[in-house]
Amino acid sequence: MHELVRNRVLFLMLLPALLFFLINSYFPMVGVYYAFTQFDFNYGLFDAPFVGLQNFEFLWKSGTLVRLTLNTIGYNLAFIVLGNVIAIACAILLSELRSKWFKKLTQSIMFLPYFVSFVILSVIVYNVFNYDSGFFNTLLAQFGAGPVDVYSKPVVWIFLIILFYLWKNLGYSMVIYLAAITGISEEYYEAAKIDGAHIFQRIWYITVPMLKSTFVVLLLFSLGSIMKGQFDLFYQLIGNNGLLYNTTDILDTYVFRSLKVTFDIGMATAAGLYQSLFGFVLIMTVNYIIRKINDDYALF
Amino acid sequence: MTIKDDRYTKLLQGLAYTVTVLVSLACLIPFLLILSASLTANESIIREGYHLIPAEFSLEGYKTVFTFPDEVLRAYGVTIITTVTGTALGLFLMTMAGYVLARKDFKYRNGFSFYIYFTTLFGGGLVPWYIMMTKYLQLTDSLKALILPGLMTPFLIILMKNFIRSAVPEELIESAKIDGAGDFRIYWRIVLQLSMPGIATVGLFLALHYWNDWFGSSLFINDPHKYQLQFHLYNVINSASFIANMGAGTGISLGADLPTESTKMAMAIVVTGPILFLYPFVQRYFVKGLTIGAVKG
Repeated sequence: MHELVRNRVLFLMLLPALLFFLINSYFPMVGVYYAFTQFDFNYGLFDAPFVGLQNFEFLWKSGTLVRLTLNTIGYNLAFIVLGNVIAIACAILLSELRSKWFKKLTQSIMFLPYFVSFVILSVIVYNVFNYDSGFFNTLLAQFGAGPVDVYSKPVVWIFLIILFYLWKNLGYSMVIYLAAITGISEEYYEAAKIDGAHIFQRIWYITVPMLKSTFVVLLLFSLGSIMKGQFDLFYQLIGNNGLLYNTTDILDTYVFRSLKVTFDIGMATAAGLYQSLFGFVLIMTVNYIIRKINDDYALF
Repeated sequence: MTIKDDRYTKLLQGLAYTVTVLVSLACLIPFLLILSASLTANESIIREGYHLIPAEFSLEGYKTVFTFPDEVLRAYGVTIITTVTGTALGLFLMTMAGYVLARKDFKYRNGFSFYIYFTTLFGGGLVPWYIMMTKYLQLTDSLKALILPGLMTPFLIILMKNFIRSAVPEELIESAKIDGAGDFRIYWRIVLQLSMPGIATVGLFLALHYWNDWFGSSLFINDPHKYQLQFHLYNVINSASFIANMGAGTGISLGADLPTESTKMAMAIVVTGPILFLYPFVQRYFVKGLTIGAVKG
């Protein structure tokens, strides 16, 4: 209590943040109770009929839960692996460019997609892939091939989603890796040069290992949110196109649809709670393992 | 040895230029496609599809957008209001929180840090939050619903805390205290002045979030007059009957042969234009701020 009085100004300054997270994050946690009810908008929170684990049982038996989990984790793994590898490669190549203005220009261009909204991304996809007049079909026609209805080919979207994820996020991760490369002391390269290491050796034996810690930090950060999907990306690309759900539905899109389209509140809450819990267990496990291996990298 | 080295260096230079040029083109061409389509006559698009260079130049797409500018302008207004208020308020609150958590003599800082960080580990999910916002806080169709949720994120508070820690030496705060400055005064007069690059970065993250937000409108706004810019665009792209609706509100019949395809693309350009225009200036601060943050971990 003494501390509260002594540092009351600091407490007051922190108070808005504390209240914000109390309302925005902690209060809704009470609402996970909906997952165990037959929800009805007319009832209050605790008046809705209790149905136990029925919602989860349905999600499990219909195979929805398995499919959503596999999709969510699968996409995220692809994003993490490809995203980092390509960003590292591009950052290294960009850092080797001699011309300074060219370096700045290309970096700015690669960072551009990060700044536009996902709605614009959906406009781009529409522009390129719509059946009647899309750029892709126009190109095909020029080569004498018939048009392709991309919107009815579920497998293609796996690659498109990954491609557009990379397109949008490459610039961002590249900036971080570039910063790390800039931080490497010039002396290492000079010494290696004197010892006769050529440029590829210098990159492979100096630059790449020096990026390890940045990579691990980013990796762990993204592993922690592997159950959280890129909702904007998936929803803007796929929308409510039921033909593609099998390969493109993730937990976040399912929850959103259950809430806004099919109004299945109990089910949506159940799926959301499952996502939260699964993610929580995953991040705790990952953190525990990292602690055992190397304490420095632990998230908390 | 040096000859071989030279050859490898040249090879790498070639590789570096080729890859960066190709990746840059891949990042740029989608925007050019939209721009080109927005400048193409609609019949030409319907007949021959989208091209990289307009097959038949026309400004009719833009003309249609600005025939009834009310909706776009209103959406612009909503987005500007939410972006400015949200960014200013969010910055004020998050710099304060970051400052308090960065103060080593604040006893419970670790506990409070965890209280904030924990919300990234576990949450109630979208649905309980949605019901709280609409049913208990009654924020449907209120601009508050668009501003409040994005005000603070644990990530940005922690980023701010790290910025302040690295920018403001502990001794400076100590000596200011000895000179009799209060905690808020130290924050206002010293901490804020010294952490400008960090504030710029966090501010940009916030502004970008608000400017690009469409999700808030799709969840909480039923009144089309309060749609954010991005959600307005989303509706234009996704509703085939857009033109018909736009005419219906004004009592003017527009007929069926209006440039819908090029109008959609013109709308996308009108929505993104300002961002692309500001981008070269904004981008530099962003890179600078991210670089500081990345080096400091």
